[in-house]
Amino acid sequence: MTDERVEFSEISPSEFFYRNRDLAGFSSPSRALYSAIRELFENSLDACELYGILPDVFIRVTPLDLYTTDSDPKAYLIEVQDNGFGIPPKHVPKAFGQVFFGSKFQLKQSRGMFGMGGKMAILYGQITTNKPVSITTSVDGVQAFTFDILIDIQENAPIILKKSSHPAEGSTGTTVRLALNGDYQRASQKVREYFKQAAMVTPYANITFVDPYGRLIIYERGTKSMPPPSKEILPHPYGMDVEALRRLIRQSKEDIMVKFMSKSFHRVGDRVAKKFLDYVGFDQNRDPKSLSNDDITKFIRALHEYDNFLQPDASCLSPLGKENLMVGIEKELGPEFVAVATRPPSAYSGFPFIVEVGLAYGGKIIPSGTKLFRFANRIPLLYDEANDVSSKVINEVDWKRYKVPQNAPIAIITHICSTRIPYKTVGKEYLADRPELERELKNAVREALRKLKLYLSKKNSIAMVKRKLNIYSKYLPLIAKFSTELSGAKRLPRYDRLLNRKQIQGDREDDTEI
Amino acid sequence: MVKKGSKKDRSSSRKKNIEKLFKDMGTKVYSEIDEGAFPEITFPRRSVKNIIYDKDLRQYVLGSDSVKRSSQNIKHIRPFTQLIWLTFFVNKLVDQGKTSTLRDVFYSAQAYDMEFVDQAESNEIITDLEVVLSRAREDFNVYPEERSAIFGDLTIEYTVPGYEGKKLNLASHPDGYLIGPSLSTADFVDTSAEMVLAVEKGGLFTRFVEEEVHNRYKALIINTSGQPPRSTRYMLRRLNQELNLPIYILTDADPYGEHIAMVIISGSANAAHLRELTVPSGKWIGVWGSDIIKYKLPSDPLREIDIKRVHELKKDPRYSGGIWQKELDVFLKIKRKSELEAFAKYGLTAITDRYLPEKLEIAKSL
Repeated sequence: MTDERVEFSEISPSEFFYRNRDLAGFSSPSRALYSAIRELFENSLDACELYGILPDVFIRVTPLDLYTTDSDPKAYLIEVQDNGFGIPPKHVPKAFGQVFFGSKFQLKQSRGMFGMGGKMAILYGQITTNKPVSITTSVDGVQAFTFDILIDIQENAPIILKKSSHPAEGSTGTTVRLALNGDYQRASQKVREYFKQAAMVTPYANITFVDPYGRLIIYERGTKSMPPPSKEILPHPYGMDVEALRRLIRQSKEDIMVKFMSKSFHRVGDRVAKKFLDYVGFDQNRDPKSLSNDDITKFIRALHEYDNFLQPDASCLSPLGKENLMVGIEKELGPEFVAVATRPPSAYSGFPFIVEVGLAYGGKIIPSGTKLFRFANRIPLLYDEANDVSSKVINEVDWKRYKVPQNAPIAIITHICSTRIPYKTVGKEYLADRPELERELKNAVREALRKLKLYLSKKNSIAMVKRKLNIYSKYLPLIAKFSTELSGAKRLPRYDRLLNRKQIQGDREDDTEI
Repeated sequence: MVKKGSKKDRSSSRKKNIEKLFKDMGTKVYSEIDEGAFPEITFPRRSVKNIIYDKDLRQYVLGSDSVKRSSQNIKHIRPFTQLIWLTFFVNKLVDQGKTSTLRDVFYSAQAYDMEFVDQAESNEIITDLEVVLSRAREDFNVYPEERSAIFGDLTIEYTVPGYEGKKLNLASHPDGYLIGPSLSTADFVDTSAEMVLAVEKGGLFTRFVEEEVHNRYKALIINTSGQPPRSTRYMLRRLNQELNLPIYILTDADPYGEHIAMVIISGSANAAHLRELTVPSGKWIGVWGSDIIKYKLPSDPLREIDIKRVHELKKDPRYSGGIWQKELDVFLKIKRKSELEAFAKYGLTAITDRYLPEKLEIAKSL
């Protein structure tokens, strides 16, 4: 998605992103604050999860000038601290001060694509406050480094204002301090909703949030089991575009087409590569760097048309798993009943994906009606719900078929993980209705609903027996009492045995009065 | 003319008899529970299909279909409990010699944590108990609001508590006496009457008293106030059975009047579960449809629903034969109706001086 942008070689990537900040979720002071918090927080989670570390993330937002009486929008300081692996000091300047640093051409499931969002936040902060971003990080827990960095926007290069080293006192991980102009008053609701949902989908994380009013919100870890980190895979031929192909060619050390293909593409070996090259009419031994513009266009078209590539495998995906999803839902929604459905891996346009759906019913938190929580690669999606494919699927469900009462308190949680989430816009807030995705979502929602139906019918029959017993307990003692008086007996008959008996008859109507 | 000793026995044995029925019912339920079974009560079904006409008895009776009300059935346990409560409640009434109206029963239930949704529900349970015990509710001291009255030379002796042995002549008060619980249960001591005249309306009742019909025809006069309540029907039956008095019935000349006479004689479908509420030998002496023509009475056209009612009655087995079908046909033919008061056209006393003696004469041949 971002690859096309590099074609604008006249301006630096930093400048391009700054000019297009609306697209990346920095359109207004409130949206910018929300996006910045989110991007830094998600980078922290990635920094922990990639190394199998149970995340402990601390986020604090304070007015930059603690004593200011200015109203929003105003400058805020965002601090995000994690216990992740840390960043080797030599990588820090470029990791935070240069757009497209370390661009990877291999694919795997992660929250952000190329760490773009975080850099966008830094860029936005620098422009609006003229303050450097401050990064403190330690890899070994012995020594920590602090950098103050500005981005040279035109040159797309980091400017190190200050660098210092000090003892880490045993803790690894990274702390980012970023100043930016924001509107917390307006962003407050979304930010809190975001953390609540993030806690739901990362139940293995401890999340501590202090808001600008000094309120402390803690989301405690509900499980210590973390999904295994995702593996990196090569790109699948179906997912290729012109620019990605150019980059692959530029980067490849192979000098014949057949080797270039088998080394660069997912599930393509020499045999498949040869067959494909025959199909497209290219010489197997041709140097990939000799491809002309027209050749590249022709090659890409053929990649998309060719039917005999193997489907991508899903080993690169890291779904949350039934247990984790259940824990997250129970932890944050406290429902009466939870069902979770996980679909087998599937693929669209060469990108593998897995759909996980949770369904929560009842409890004290879920309001009546159907509430949708959407997640993509463990990111909560809070905007544009109505346009999302999940909304479409849920609207098309035939609730009556599952005997769900009208306005029942239901929450549906959809999680899609993929090497590339099919976002409809650059803002990354809602998913396109790809038929493959829609089908998998539909099946998962139905599976969860079938479980709910079963639960509700069991619950109803238990309630029925209970209701019946209540009725017997009310009337049998009265019958006993009145019949005792009528018969003149000295004691009550032993009616309690009838209450203990489970021979409660069905509602037969053969002797209804007229 | 009636032996006094036997009357007392009748009254107290009747009470003992019904108390035994209550006790038997309670004992049955008690022992079923004590033996670990859900108690149940079986009684004849009261649905339309099970109400059949008995030609010999000349009344409706319940057929052989029965209903089992089981406390085990979740839909039955509530009415079952209500039925047991009602038995308990009326047992107390009878024991203490007190009476209760249908409305009283509805409210009394609340003192025992028993609820009835409305009086219709409690009335329904009262009818159930009538069916279970084959006794009228008056037998267990539950009465409707009274509205009919009796006048004439009949000396009665009260049996109700506080009035036992006290006597009263029913000609002592010209407005007549309400036929209520104390009168219904009183013993008949003495009478000079030779017949009973039951009239549909209070106006005519007063006219008869004023014109001394009771003396001139040696009659007891009863105002049925429209369709007579059961206590009045029971009273009519007792006068007929115990004192051998013939019963003559005077109503308006319309299908409803004719049906009042029929219910007195043959009973109603609603009371198909009860006996001793009919007077099979009773006679409807007027006003007939044919009298409208014969006496040139002022009349009104029958409305559509009146005609519909005539067609219904024509299919009713109680109306087979005699004057019953004939007079229904007259209504259909002339399509007119008239009232008892219509005789006032010929003067206020025309009905007592001219019509009544003529009809009593005709009655002999009925």
